[in-house]
Amino acid sequence: MEIDFLTFLLYALVCALITYLLRALPLVIFRREITNRFVKSFIYYVPFAVLACMTIPSIFESTGNIWSAVAGFAVALILSLFGRSLLTVSLSACGVVLVIELAVRYWPFQ
Amino acid sequence: MSKNLNPGGLTFRQGLRDGIPICLGYISVSFAFGVFATAYGVSIWESILLSLTNVTSAGQLAAVPIIAASGSFLELAASQFVINLRYMLMSTSLSQKMDKKMTIAGRLAVAFAVTDETFGVASQKGTLTRNYMLGLELLPVVGWAAGTGLGAAAGYLLPEVVVTALGIAIYGMFIAIIIPPAKKSRAVLLCIVMAAGLSCIFHYVPYLNRVSGGFVIIIVSVLTAALFACLFPVKEDNGGEEDKDGD
Repeated sequence: MEIDFLTFLLYALVCALITYLLRALPLVIFRREITNRFVKSFIYYVPFAVLACMTIPSIFESTGNIWSAVAGFAVALILSLFGRSLLTVSLSACGVVLVIELAVRYWPFQ
Repeated sequence: MSKNLNPGGLTFRQGLRDGIPICLGYISVSFAFGVFATAYGVSIWESILLSLTNVTSAGQLAAVPIIAASGSFLELAASQFVINLRYMLMSTSLSQKMDKKMTIAGRLAVAFAVTDETFGVASQKGTLTRNYMLGLELLPVVGWAAGTGLGAAAGYLLPEVVVTALGIAIYGMFIAIIIPPAKKSRAVLLCIVMAAGLSCIFHYVPYLNRVSGGFVIIIVSVLTAALFACLFPVKEDNGGEEDKDGD
């Protein structure tokens, strides 16, 4: 990374400040329940949109080659549909990627 | 789940005990984050610092590429605001249940580690005391920082092919978070599909792919969430399920 520790610290504190204010302000200043239905609905949908946006298409570039990533994605999707835990889904995806990455590197017949 | 029977209110010990399972879950998620951060050249201590000061998965994951690219503070701050907006809803909800005797200082301390999981546990309890909340938050924060450090160490020490395979870990967890609710709700499923589609457009379409990552997350999630809040507003009572019958 190009930046030095102090710059990193500054960035980290900006993140921390925004995140902390979001957590603290409702506890100390406006303690009233949010009643606006649009606002409540908006906040309900944001995490799904954020996580989907961060996962697709980045997941396909998260490994050594696209095919291992596609296989890992497929395994994660299928196991999640069957309601497996975070850890099971994640480790299974890693396992499939590892096997394919090893095969790509050490495949003897080419 | 059980209401508190102690006349003095929920204790620090009870909080610690309730925090153990959260802590264990956090170690694996933050491990994946630690591995992710090393891919951007973030050092072990820097990644621990980020985890200790932020205690949030999606926000930190979005922050690392922005920081590594020396992005603007505006991009960083705005993306953190949108991604972590949900904490405002959680803190608002928790504030209704806080011990009336809790001081401002107590509230400021308790606010530090309001996360999806600590909120989930606390919202099932009766009146929340300062000590219970601090107990509940302590181990998850420790687990979050420790897991990050271990993941970052693994990222620098393990064989390259293993680190490559671990690169998908954090995304696997995100999929495991969003797919089960999408199975139960068509609105959530469509919301995910739309956000993923828009994200691909910003990734692959010429000119649009020049918009930097933090702003893509903001644009995509605000557009998608606003549209779905109009089309499928959540029910008045729980705020956790969209209205099946329309309005």
